Amino acid sequence: MKLIFAGLTGLVFGIGIALSGMMNPAKVLNFFDIAGTWDPSLAFVMGGALVVTGIGYRAVWRRAQPLFGGTFQVPNATNIDPKLVGGSALFGIGWGIAGFCPGAAIPALGTGHWEVVLFIAAVVVGLALRRLMTRMTTAAVPQ
Amino acid sequence: METAFTPFASLGGGLAIGLGAVMLMLGLGRILGATGIMSGLVFAQNRAEASWRAAMILGMIAAPGVIFLLSGTMPAVDVPVSPTMIVIGGIIVGFGASLGSGCTSGHGVCGLSRFSIRSLVAVPTFMATAGITVFIIRHMFGA
Repeated sequence: MKLIFAGLTGLVFGIGIALSGMMNPAKVLNFFDIAGTWDPSLAFVMGGALVVTGIGYRAVWRRAQPLFGGTFQVPNATNIDPKLVGGSALFGIGWGIAGFCPGAAIPALGTGHWEVVLFIAAVVVGLALRRLMTRMTTAAVPQ
Repeated sequence: METAFTPFASLGGGLAIGLGAVMLMLGLGRILGATGIMSGLVFAQNRAEASWRAAMILGMIAAPGVIFLLSGTMPAVDVPVSPTMIVIGGIIVGFGASLGSGCTSGHGVCGLSRFSIRSLVAVPTFMATAGITVFIIRHMFGA
């Protein structure tokens, strides 16, 4: 039941991504190209999503726990460090180069375009590099 | 390449994206961060960790097919960049999102709606670097 619910959640999210235009790199890159072929559509995506999560999250958190048990796992860190800023800056650079972000590319896999598979594979390489880096730095600096 | 301004489809898509995020919080108590879900599946330590993420990703991938069944058209994926740029961008996206603890969905939708201070720093950072990157590529190198 929990897995069916998770699948349905992914489906709703994916349909949203597809309708919104987020899975179309031409549209994403045009959103950022204010000096050129600007297409402001994607501001409406974030606006719409934030209205629903802004209200929905607060309604959900009135419950004692999630439907399928456990606890609400919400990040509570507040530190602004070089990792956050540098990582986010890099993320934006990559997004601006490729035109895909992970949340858009995963549902886009379902369209069968080979470029999406290539992008996802590259993201996995990036994730693995970061894990490797963390392992090396934590090994070099004993806790 | 010009793209059409689609405020209503983008707003509707955004509402569905938000609904997906609220559903995941309601059911499993988790933030919907696409990079985290992907990384949690690829580098999962145990089956319980992997299974709900796999179900969710399958649901996401099914979305374009469902849209095709309902409307008769596949969502557009127009890739105006070279395979090399997809690979370079993808690696930077994966590394950056992991280092910065979030991407468009995790920081942009889930984080901003809870007024997370880290997301309030991360989102303008990656939006700015994405815009600068697109400007440099398109208007300084003319690609």
